[in-house]
Amino acid sequence: MTVKDLIEKLDLKCLNPVNLDAEVTSAYACDLLSDVMGNARSGQVWITMQTHKNVTAIASLKDMPAVIIVRDGVPDDDMLQHAKDEDICLLVSKDTTFEVCGKLYELIK
Amino acid sequence: MHYTFTIERGNFADAGQASSNVKRTLKQLGVDPASIKRAVVALFEAEINAVAHAYGGTIDVDIDAEKVMMVVADEGPGIPNLELAMQEGWSTASPQVREMGYGAGMGLPNIKKNTDELKIDTKVGVGTTVTMIVKLV
Repeated sequence: MTVKDLIEKLDLKCLNPVNLDAEVTSAYACDLLSDVMGNARSGQVWITMQTHKNVTAIASLKDMPAVIIVRDGVPDDDMLQHAKDEDICLLVSKDTTFEVCGKLYELIK
Repeated sequence: MHYTFTIERGNFADAGQASSNVKRTLKQLGVDPASIKRAVVALFEAEINAVAHAYGGTIDVDIDAEKVMMVVADEGPGIPNLELAMQEGWSTASPQVREMGYGAGMGLPNIKKNTDELKIDTKVGVGTTVTMIVKLV
């Protein structure tokens, strides 16, 4: 499953189309940044409702190819710019965290 | 190799720049990915702590063949009870900082976990200096 497949299958809006061929085998769902910093693994997709620039900073430091913002969240302008600068694929779902996790789990379990 | 960065109080937007620069440099030097991850996790957490709690400060990073040493020195309120602060779950972060997804009391424990040597000098009403060493294998 690639980021591109994920966009299609989860009907995600893509705000920065990079890392589309990156392989997704797992994800980390959390809104606590230090938990992600401490426990997320590289290659995972990050599911969150946080919409500020520190999210892309952490995604970049942890080598996470994509971030899914849930519930139609709107990223801050500097977050979107930072995603472009750091090559993080920024995705938006209309679903809640629970729904995104459930669908994604079904796809990649 | 020596780098210096400045920390501004409450400037979350630029937090992470030092970690990002250090990551880039270590990558260019061919340091193993696991050591790079440990160093940048520790540095990012220390940076965020200073931005969230202190009035300003500096970050000094020295890289040589054996280790990366990172010193985050701030002018700030200091840590009244270091033992408590090292406990996972303990935090004095403001509601605004918590809204951003920080303040879970995981910063200092994350730093400890990801460094080979950690020294915290703190004086209430003066400031805190966090010295972190990650050995490069």
